[in-house]
Amino acid sequence: MDEIITVRHVKKNFGELGVLRDISFSLHKGEVLSIIGPSGSGKSTLLRCITQLERVDGGEIDICGKRMVWTTDGAVTYADKESLRHIRLQCGLVFQNFNLFPHMSVLGNITEAQRFVLRKSKEEARKTAMELLGKMGLTDKADAYPGQLSGGQQQRVSIARALALNPQVLCFDEPTSALDPELTGEILRVIKDLAKEKMTMVVVTHEMQFAREVSDNVIFMDDGVIVEQGNPEELFGDPKNQRTRKFLLRYEQ
Amino acid sequence: MGPLLLQMLKATGTSLQIFFLTLLFALPLGMLVVRGRMAKNVVVSGLVNIYIMIMRGTPLILQLIFVYFAPYYLFHASYDRFTAVIIAFVINYAAYFAEIYRGGIQSIPKGQYEASSVLGFTKAHTFFRIILPQVVKQIVPALGNEVITLVKDTALAQTIGVAELFRVAQNASARQFSTAPIFIAGLFYFVMNGLVSKSFDMIEHKLAYYN
Repeated sequence: MDEIITVRHVKKNFGELGVLRDISFSLHKGEVLSIIGPSGSGKSTLLRCITQLERVDGGEIDICGKRMVWTTDGAVTYADKESLRHIRLQCGLVFQNFNLFPHMSVLGNITEAQRFVLRKSKEEARKTAMELLGKMGLTDKADAYPGQLSGGQQQRVSIARALALNPQVLCFDEPTSALDPELTGEILRVIKDLAKEKMTMVVVTHEMQFAREVSDNVIFMDDGVIVEQGNPEELFGDPKNQRTRKFLLRYEQ
Repeated sequence: MGPLLLQMLKATGTSLQIFFLTLLFALPLGMLVVRGRMAKNVVVSGLVNIYIMIMRGTPLILQLIFVYFAPYYLFHASYDRFTAVIIAFVINYAAYFAEIYRGGIQSIPKGQYEASSVLGFTKAHTFFRIILPQVVKQIVPALGNEVITLVKDTALAQTIGVAELFRVAQNASARQFSTAPIFIAGLFYFVMNGLVSKSFDMIEHKLAYYN
């Protein structure tokens, strides 16, 4: 199987604090990986390291078979600028707070990178954008501005914006945490639909039921380490580790 | 009354020249200043910060006198009064504009940069297409305030002998033993600032297409 993301012995410190302490995992093409764990366990930081928003302090990351960062004798080396740029486009990221561009219409948000990064023509970019908006059920919102949309609609636009670059893998950083409970369903449904289409995805989430249904693999992180990983039936049904069990209990009521 | 009005209109021309030339140079210079102010290099940001502190911390009237007379005391060289006025106004207003720009730039959430980075935008693309348009909208009200002050500050040019509107009005008032010319000048400033605020209202309105 093709490995899309390979992470080996990744470390990340914020000052004295070890946020990621020796993280290793791999993600294969077409798989959905959920990362769960308490706040401050390093889940988001891990996604941010993979998408190059943070620099690692040790370890290796390969994306789509290309080496992004490696460590020799304790010295961290990143690939050259052009490779990093190429790798970055393979990895989409959907933010908790959407981070749409407020001064651009929905269409503008989705076409900007296609036109100026992928160098597609305006018409071509528009066509891709409209297809994606159709998929997200937002065709009628193409000319609206982000500020005129509900949180759920904004998050669907941001998913479309990430998909427009046709990435190999899509990362979600707590995609429903900023949404009202009644709006989380529409986002989870979109992610489930993408899973059906065999989109490779990493989802950091607090939605346990969703993680159980949609994932091929689940990682439970706590305090900067992977405490337990496995398929959802094992991890949710019969957690081996005491910490995992304690964490999951809190979601069961 | 006729010749006086004509004189005052001519002097208004001088005031407007000061006004427009100051904007022409100070608005872009402010961008350079804010780059220095926000530079990672502490020497650069420190020096620029001192410059801004001096410009904002001392009276513009003093700066005018300094800019005009310093070359004379240092090199025994004198130069055109009007040029001195423009230099003094530009370096003073650039400092204020830079601080307004800085406020605007800092008000843009980090997420806008992160989204740009993940989408593969270059730094230049991120600045000009994503950040700058949002900064502009953000700073228009503060900028309007500053530009209105500039209209009134042009009256200070007379300190080093440039015959702008207020100087001409004062002279006329002394000649005629009447305060009327001064109040007429006041009306002139009021009309000019009416136009300025109207223009800024229009710009704000134009930028209100999103929130």
